[in-house]
Amino acid sequence: MLAVEDLTIRYGAETAVHELSFDIARGESVGLVGESGSGKTQTALAVLGLLPAAARVSGSARLDDTELVGADEGVLDGIRGRRVSMVFQDPAQALNPFVRLGPQLRQILRRHGIADGGEARARVIGMLERVGLPDAARHYRSYPHELSGGMRQRAMIASALIANPDLLIADEPTTALDVTVQAQILDLLEALREDTALLLITHDLGIVAGHCERLLVLNNGALVEAGRTLEVFTSPRHPHSRALLQAAPSIEDTRPPETDAGECVFEIEAAHVSYATRDGRLQAVRGVDLAVHAGETLAVVGESGSGKSSIVRAALGLVPMESGRVVYCGETLEGPAQARGMVARRGLQLVFQDPVGSLNPQMRVADVVAEPLYVHERGIRPTAARERVTKMLAKTGLDETFLDRYPHELSGGQAQRVAIARALILEPHVLVCDEAVAALDGTVREQILTLLAQLQQSTGLAIVFITHDLAVVRVISHRVLVMYLGRLVELADNAALFEKPRHPYTRALLDSVPIPDPTRAGGEITVRGEAPSALNPPAGCAFHPRCAWAQAVCKRDKPAVRELDGTKVGCHLASELELARR
Amino acid sequence: MSRGVKVTGGLLAGIVVIALLGPLFSPHEYLQTDFDAILQKPTLTDFHWFGTDILGRDLFVRTMLGVQVTILVAVVASIVSLVIGVTYGAIAGYVGGRVDAVMMRFVDTLYALPFIFFVILLMVAFERNFLLIFVAIGAINWLDMARIVRGQTLSLREREFVEAARLIGVSTPRIILRHIAPNLLGIVIVYVTLTIPQAILVESFLSFLGLGIQEPQTSLGALVDAGVYQMEGASWVLLIPAALLAAILLCFNFLGDALRDAFDARGAR
Repeated sequence: MLAVEDLTIRYGAETAVHELSFDIARGESVGLVGESGSGKTQTALAVLGLLPAAARVSGSARLDDTELVGADEGVLDGIRGRRVSMVFQDPAQALNPFVRLGPQLRQILRRHGIADGGEARARVIGMLERVGLPDAARHYRSYPHELSGGMRQRAMIASALIANPDLLIADEPTTALDVTVQAQILDLLEALREDTALLLITHDLGIVAGHCERLLVLNNGALVEAGRTLEVFTSPRHPHSRALLQAAPSIEDTRPPETDAGECVFEIEAAHVSYATRDGRLQAVRGVDLAVHAGETLAVVGESGSGKSSIVRAALGLVPMESGRVVYCGETLEGPAQARGMVARRGLQLVFQDPVGSLNPQMRVADVVAEPLYVHERGIRPTAARERVTKMLAKTGLDETFLDRYPHELSGGQAQRVAIARALILEPHVLVCDEAVAALDGTVREQILTLLAQLQQSTGLAIVFITHDLAVVRVISHRVLVMYLGRLVELADNAALFEKPRHPYTRALLDSVPIPDPTRAGGEITVRGEAPSALNPPAGCAFHPRCAWAQAVCKRDKPAVRELDGTKVGCHLASELELARR
Repeated sequence: MSRGVKVTGGLLAGIVVIALLGPLFSPHEYLQTDFDAILQKPTLTDFHWFGTDILGRDLFVRTMLGVQVTILVAVVASIVSLVIGVTYGAIAGYVGGRVDAVMMRFVDTLYALPFIFFVILLMVAFERNFLLIFVAIGAINWLDMARIVRGQTLSLREREFVEAARLIGVSTPRIILRHIAPNLLGIVIVYVTLTIPQAILVESFLSFLGLGIQEPQTSLGALVDAGVYQMEGASWVLLIPAALLAAILLCFNFLGDALRDAFDARGAR
């Protein structure tokens, strides 16, 4: 149905996509995978004629008999939305914020002459019901901002499928969503598309494993491998496909790292953090304890809004802590970061999610990494500082040619190495990584995780690793703290958590992780809906509305945190439920 | 550097160089009157390249002097607004909270004063001089600059590299100096190239009203003012300084646009 031949996209001298050829049959689901910059999105935009004017496109993309490359706007307008539609990564940006959902969808029907008036309205409401928007008639009159992220993406899917197109292009449709929501959205796409062909663009092999019949692997704008999903996974022919598969972490096959914990270096007791918002006070963290020992990695896991970042940022003094105690190496810390003693500041360092954003764009790498030295070792001579910086960079795998570069001249992985070097140059006892690998591609992510593990081995560093990615948790952590709506849900050893989860929410998280293996993908999902707002958490156990095992007591009483075989768990039914997987 | 920056920058530099060196090649002085050559047409023979004015003064030399004065006023006024505006805005934006509120309400109050009224008061209260014009123009321009810089600082303050610096223990003045200020540079440079023409216009306007530069000193605005009275008989007395004024304004505006594009491209890369 769609035949792409020798598609080439150039920007000036740079080639974004090089002689790409593939086709998609009616009703088929095809995965387009590759790392960032491999030309996945460019290909999709070329098919829809949405590339910027600076792009020069050659080759051909035919939808049945219509040529799409170089077609004029009139032809493309008739095709977009009607025969080919697209779901974008961020639904918050893809929906018009000033138009109510209903009229926004109805406009598609009217534009293509499918339906109008009352009939169109009925079809829109029907479609919103099918994508699982509760109370669709009411949401017909909602603005996009009134919906949660997952609901917005459902609405986006509704708008993409309402005209019953021949081809649906989904560009990283779940990357902006939480893992429990991701699984629901992917299932929805699968269930609703019927005879619509699907081109699923993603960097996550776990997603395509369960949802695509065929795979196209892109590398630097060129197609390196194409074949049936199972074949590509079991016997990849191209080295790049093999590398991608190896870098795809799986919670199934990985062994947790050995523990070699020393004394406790960092402790948070009964932390409460809240923010003033327009709609009242948001309780981000409600009494959570955590302790990290030297040489140990503690992972803090949760969906967005779970308070996992807030607790650590408050402990570091970046946001005010309402109440609670922070102890660093026996010293109690109080007040904002800048008011704290130099010893504590020196010993507690942070690595951020966005590697490029955490480096001052106007400073050279050498100055970025040297800055902590100038602050903490007053009067250090520039030559001495530069020598220390060179050594530190070498430890993170960067040679001296990087010293005089600016951040925008670095790749994401290199920038993150610089950020790690800056954090470690003062030889801290505790390193906090806030989603430190979330913005990195698979192979780079693996390198950074290996680097952190090596540095931990050689220095006895304690690491607090905040992440939403359980596959990363499995690889790097010794112990795991799971949070939900500001409370501790489960705190367990890595092995115990993954093999014998004690809390239904932990089990739900584990079930939601896509498995990069076509033979095992697509398991049962044990969680419904999305996390409610922390502004207005449910009474009783905060998880009960989504819990498959919830009882009357869960709706009534807040569960206390208790200890079972060394695992701390906040669930009424913890001792009764058998949640081990398989 | 883009072609737009090169072309407009080159043109401006050319005008400035001619304005500085041109009078040296002319036998005439800006003060020297010649009642035998009143309102002479532009000619090559006796070196009155731009003709003469009603008092028989050589218009070429006077126009070049006018360009010097105009650009000097504009550049100095812009530097004044740059220094005050950036410091003020960066402090208000970075410190935030009550300090920010008080500082910005002060700016709002100054905004509410009618500018011309303020200038006339200044001119009446003090003796007219050069310095006063710098003060007057700088005093309005820095308000815009402070607002822009504050807005930028507010967003920079939340950026991760500033948080990283706070965490390391970098002191507040050093954060403003090393992390905030360099990242304001792009927008500030662009904004300055846009305030210079604004300052030129204000100066010309003041001189046109007779509140600015006083005879025998002159500026492009003052020359245009004088030219208006000779418009019917000797149009060049008006047209030549007016054309130069327009050319300089256009150059600065284009330069500002071109610089903005240049910085945008860098951000997008």
